[in-house]
Amino acid sequence: MTNVERSGAVIAIDALAAQRGVRMLFEGLNFRAVPGEVVELRGPNGSGKSTLLRIMAGLTRPYAGSFSIGSGDQDAPRHYLGHADGVKPNETALEQVCFWARFFGQSEASAHLALERMGLKSRARVPGRGLSAGQRRRLALTRLLLDDRPVWLLDEPVSALDAEGRVCVETLIAEHASAGGIVVAAMHGPSLAGARLLDLSAIGGNSPVSSSGARVSG
Amino acid sequence: MMVSGAGAVFVRELKQAWSGGGGVSLPLGFFAGACSLTPLSLGPEADLLRAAGPGVLWIALALSSLLPMERLFQADLEDGTLDAYAGSGVALEWVAAAKTAAHWVSTGLPLALIAPVLWIMLQGPVSSMFQVALVSSIGSAAFFFFGAIGAALTAGVRRGGLLITLVALPLYCPAMIFGSAALYGAASGGDWTSPLMLTSAAALFAIACSPFAAASALRAAID
Repeated sequence: MTNVERSGAVIAIDALAAQRGVRMLFEGLNFRAVPGEVVELRGPNGSGKSTLLRIMAGLTRPYAGSFSIGSGDQDAPRHYLGHADGVKPNETALEQVCFWARFFGQSEASAHLALERMGLKSRARVPGRGLSAGQRRRLALTRLLLDDRPVWLLDEPVSALDAEGRVCVETLIAEHASAGGIVVAAMHGPSLAGARLLDLSAIGGNSPVSSSGARVSG
Repeated sequence: MMVSGAGAVFVRELKQAWSGGGGVSLPLGFFAGACSLTPLSLGPEADLLRAAGPGVLWIALALSSLLPMERLFQADLEDGTLDAYAGSGVALEWVAAAKTAAHWVSTGLPLALIAPVLWIMLQGPVSSMFQVALVSSIGSAAFFFFGAIGAALTAGVRRGGLLITLVALPLYCPAMIFGSAALYGAASGGDWTSPLMLTSAAALFAIACSPFAAASALRAAID
């Protein structure tokens, strides 16, 4: 049984609000996600999709509200894939995957498998600066495969990917969900199959907040 | 998980420092350059160099330690690696400690190793070369770990080098004072162990505080 199947992690978000500068991105956001679910964040640029993912990853503090990811009071381990790929220009693809494997306490064999899975095997000896944008994205996505974690937070996982890469990511997400994991992904363009949509533009925000921090009405 | 993460970051940073040049050669070159220009500007009189040498060596070591600081966290912040570290669940304290320790090993220790050679050029006695290497390696640990606090605070600032200097130099004071006292002690054959102990205390304080201060600065930088 994998970690993912055992965890039974759920995501619970209550009355969450996020602010960027003086703009309220969204507020009063409530949602639940249960094991096996794929939640797709939609909304125009600047509607707070990335910020919501960063809050869930623990990188940014929310303006108000609370969230928990895990079962009971146990925090579930999660993968966060931001829109920067975190690829080093002077390390080869293989070196970088091996580094992340060691970072997660995994064997180098899993690094080779992850590279193969993302279709980067032929590029293993190429340094990061020699990879195309799509290949760098694939390299970043290998991190998801290195450590078995129940919750995936993905910021535009298919950006810069070709059709084949997109299919590869969709398969990964579907497999993860069917193994009992949760995927929250910010997306543009075509939707993921079987995903529940969460439209941040419908939750509102994007209105200026007054200096006291309270939202200006009207 | 925490320890494997920190170990992996340490090894990666060591490889990064030694591959592709860049990181290590600039501080070493600066240190060697500053010390070898001193006899040219002060004049070759042995007495004058003996009086100024330990102080010049120590100032050059402190300033060379500041040189690699600007890129310590900045590259990771820019390319998203820091986001990945922070989102992985490994505490940024471990990451900051591992990165700083790796930089000290890859740059600080080589600085301490060439210090005895520069010491001879500054008319220091050959008999105290070992003391110079020891004092320099401990002092450079204080310089690197204090410098890392400045590096983390200015990671999000373009051309933050000057700011790092402003943040780090006040923290350098104890190691500056006691480290050069230890070198003067070693040069004159006087007491050099008690200032060395105080330098070590400054270094230990830096090692203990720096990961926490740097990690909270980095959390603010990625927020």
